[in-house]
Amino acid sequence: MSYAIQAEGLKKRFKETQALDGVDLEARTGSVLGLLGPNGAGKTTAVRIFATLIRPDGGRAVVAGHDVAREPGRVRAAVGLTGQYAAVDENLTGTENLLLIGRLLGMPRRVAKGRAAELLDRFQLSEAGGRAVKGFSGGMRRRLDLAASLVGRPQILFLDEPTTGLDPHSRGEVWDMLRGLVAEGVTALLTTQYLEEADKLADEVVVIDKGRVIAEGTPDELKSAVGGQVLQLRPLRPQDLERVHALVTEAAGGETHVESGMIIAPVKDPALMPAVVRRLDRADIPIGELALRRSSLDEVFLALTGHRAEPAQRPEEQPSSPDDAAFERVGSTGGGS
Amino acid sequence: MTATTITAPLTKGGRVRPGAGLRQTGTMAWRSLVSVKHNPLELVDYSITPIMFVFLFTYVFGGQMAGSPEEYLQYALPGIIVQNTLFMTMYTAMSLNSDLTKGVFDRLRSLPIARSAPLFGRIAADLAKQLWAMLLMLALGAVLGFRITGGLEGFVGGGLLLLVFALAVSWSAVLIGMLAGDPEKVQVFAFTLIFPITFTSSAFVRVETMPGWLQAWVDINPVTHLSDAFRGLLVGGEIAGPVLWSLIWAAGIAAVFIPLALRAYRARA
Repeated sequence: MSYAIQAEGLKKRFKETQALDGVDLEARTGSVLGLLGPNGAGKTTAVRIFATLIRPDGGRAVVAGHDVAREPGRVRAAVGLTGQYAAVDENLTGTENLLLIGRLLGMPRRVAKGRAAELLDRFQLSEAGGRAVKGFSGGMRRRLDLAASLVGRPQILFLDEPTTGLDPHSRGEVWDMLRGLVAEGVTALLTTQYLEEADKLADEVVVIDKGRVIAEGTPDELKSAVGGQVLQLRPLRPQDLERVHALVTEAAGGETHVESGMIIAPVKDPALMPAVVRRLDRADIPIGELALRRSSLDEVFLALTGHRAEPAQRPEEQPSSPDDAAFERVGSTGGGS
Repeated sequence: MTATTITAPLTKGGRVRPGAGLRQTGTMAWRSLVSVKHNPLELVDYSITPIMFVFLFTYVFGGQMAGSPEEYLQYALPGIIVQNTLFMTMYTAMSLNSDLTKGVFDRLRSLPIARSAPLFGRIAADLAKQLWAMLLMLALGAVLGFRITGGLEGFVGGGLLLLVFALAVSWSAVLIGMLAGDPEKVQVFAFTLIFPITFTSSAFVRVETMPGWLQAWVDINPVTHLSDAFRGLLVGGEIAGPVLWSLIWAAGIAAVFIPLALRAYRARA
């Protein structure tokens, strides 16, 4: 089996913060690796190391067969990067932005133009290609940014929260495009705070928290290994909610919580469901909805990190959390040619 | 997507070839220049502000300062052009800072291109804009009655001197652009720094009318030397001394700021 990305004991420190504290991970060639974690977990730091923007303090990372610290030029020739915010020039048109990258990569003008047109077409931006990016919507910018990272036909694509701040429709579009690329053999490393995104796109998931890997596997493996099954219950009368919650908590003997009028309890013992039903029956409380389901990645995340994944509602161009690029850039030391 | 990969402009050792680096610098310069086309406001900054300065100085202050607007124009236009040149170097700081804060540098650095290409391309493009603004102001001055009496060599020499000085100062702009938190801060900083420096010089008025303590500063102020030199080359007057001092200042500014700017650039961009 060949790996497009391999990291061993990756470490990086920014002043007071140990952003990465010995991270091991690998991405099989042609797969999507989801890198999951709360704000400040070190996701962006890892991506910036893989994309040769910063050097690790310790450990090593091999991308496309080249060590990121020793052969950054070779790595750059094989990767594409889409950052947390669309890194396109607002004053240029969509076409010019892609032309710029193509020309920088050494394409003759005619070839670069052809490639730009091809990518604009693929990302449904042909009509807007002649307009300045300033007038683009958020979704269009992201698509253009993704297109820009593809000009050089990279074998490996880094997507750092590619859909943060997008509406569900635009997010779906980005997902479809990513699936198309992977079908063509591109390897992708995707960081995200949307667990649904990792669930839908990633072949394998690595969960990091405080700079360490705390879990890894396929989304299914994670869900069954960590989360197991979940009992979900809605009383018929909303005013029963508290009573039922207390009752289920007693029966489950552990952490339960309420989510939009629904009681959620992890199922550790298969006898929980009949036990709950018996107790409710005895207490004469009518049940509106009762279901056993596998836990979502959200619940896996909660179980692993002790807190929920942040909903990531922050607007696109206002990075403020410690994991954001702006913060890390201040502390970054130059790596490369 | 097909399996064909483009040949990255790298040597066997994975470094960027010098020729490729030069071409990439050209591409980056193209990017800075072509953006003017879509951002008419930038053109307003580059052209309207200097034009407004020429009109204001000539017709508002001119009569009182030199007896007639035309006479004052002959004295002050070189100074106005010098001031505008210094202000314009700060566009380098603002645009670099904007690239930095908007993540454009991340994209550029993930490409197999010369590390210096974005910086040198920007500086080269901004020098071209400087040349454009200078020619525009001279052309407008000519319409209002400004006459270049220094001949072609004075014109070419003056232009070159100004560009050399602008190049030196733009390294301080690179440093500011790399250190500032956002483009607006760059603007505030530039204004508070450049405005007093350019006004406490011989750019707009003769030094003799100023109080003694101020003259002491004005006499060493690089803007004084540069204004005198530029004026001397265009319309006559002392040339050798001011030109020499201007070049010494330019060399000094470059010597201090190039290392600092490059260090900041390597660390942040």
